[in-house]
Amino acid sequence: MIRVAWLILRKDLTVEVRSKEIVYTTLFFAVSCVLVFAFALVREGRGPEDGAAGILWIAVMFAGNLALGRTFERERQSETLRALLLAPASRPAVYVGKLLGILVLLFGAELLLVPLVALLFQARLLSHPFWLTAIMTTGTVGFAAVGTLFAAMLVRARSRDVMLPILLYPMTIPVMIGGVRGTVALLQSPPDTASVTMWIGLLVCMDVVFVTIALWTFEPLMTE
Amino acid sequence: MSPSLDFDRVTVDEVSRHFGRRRAVSRVSFVAPRGSVIGLLGPNGAGKSTLLAMLATLLRPSGGSIRYGTIQAAGAPPELRGRIGVLGHDLFLYPELTARENLAFFAGLYGRRDADDAARVALTRAGLADRGDDLVSGFSRGMRQRVALERALIHEPRLALLDEPFTGLDESSTRALVTRLQGLRESGAAIVLATHDLDVADGLLDEAIFLREGRMVDSLSRPEGLRAAYRRAMTGPSRS
Repeated sequence: MIRVAWLILRKDLTVEVRSKEIVYTTLFFAVSCVLVFAFALVREGRGPEDGAAGILWIAVMFAGNLALGRTFERERQSETLRALLLAPASRPAVYVGKLLGILVLLFGAELLLVPLVALLFQARLLSHPFWLTAIMTTGTVGFAAVGTLFAAMLVRARSRDVMLPILLYPMTIPVMIGGVRGTVALLQSPPDTASVTMWIGLLVCMDVVFVTIALWTFEPLMTE
Repeated sequence: MSPSLDFDRVTVDEVSRHFGRRRAVSRVSFVAPRGSVIGLLGPNGAGKSTLLAMLATLLRPSGGSIRYGTIQAAGAPPELRGRIGVLGHDLFLYPELTARENLAFFAGLYGRRDADDAARVALTRAGLADRGDDLVSGFSRGMRQRVALERALIHEPRLALLDEPFTGLDESSTRALVTRLQGLRESGAAIVLATHDLDVADGLLDEAIFLREGRMVDSLSRPEGLRAAYRRAMTGPSRS
């Protein structure tokens, strides 16, 4: 499984490095989103209390939706997803490879978004890098785990661009709440580490559940 | 690859496939032994691609069974797919990758440890050794088709499933493909191909299966005069 997942990840990154299509569109969209909120909400250099956490996660999830759609659109164009499913590897390995590719793209976007939100909203996001990394990682994994499964399922649906957010956002509301509340707790002065730890724990549990369900259902869902 | 997953024939037994109320394939039966070329012939919507998708394990039959030797398709391990090569109507190639990268990627995916060597050999077979490092997006349809065929055969499958393999090929490429398929047959592979190109298929097929509206209306061993036989099958009464 690891070998196949690595091959798919490497292929996805090679394709993206060549085209830069997802990186540019995702970053442009996410940065625009943050800027619009900053123009609307920041007064005299200060944003609304706790607003930075929500805006950071909104940007991540909107950008994630875009990245998921484009990643699988690529696999649809020449029906290469079929070719992946035809390989003699277990189909969950294909899922893991695609999930890792999405995660690399989203973590890359977050590397830009976090300092941008911190700067525009004067939020102390970067004061506790360990906790922030833990929250962003666990939240992003949960979101991408569900998103990768749905995007793969919808790859041949005619209305996939509409259906993906309709299915994805309601399912990932618990992840959104966990990510936002954990980040809000981190932004308190001093940080509410007990709450941060609790939210990270919940996010880890959700990640385990989502990834397990996705691995379990990917094969039957993709066979038909 | 486990030798226990090897097979000497593929048996399609009364296979049907429904999509909701629509019957795409209805009670089709045939056997594809090693070293044979089976042609699925019929107009658009006859069920050829659905049948190939079931043979490729991408779709489960609604009724009947497919057996690879003694192995039932239903519940077969993933390794069985390593014995099957598929050239779809879409070419299953990444246009952003070079021909060599595409072939090496799929060789790796099919468990070939010598993926780079396999890609080099495949490029030579496709007659594209000097274009291996060009992006596939810059290739003509015929060149892509040649790369796609080698992609489908890069793991030396026991069963090759080819959907319209002659599409977009010029005369010399078609001849080269026919020669390649004959070589594949001599190496012991079973080949099942769906095609509309009756002139090319004439003389190549060991058995022709005529499909109409999902039903098998006729079959011929060692068919000759395929166009006339096709016309008869498509206008005559259904056999089943």
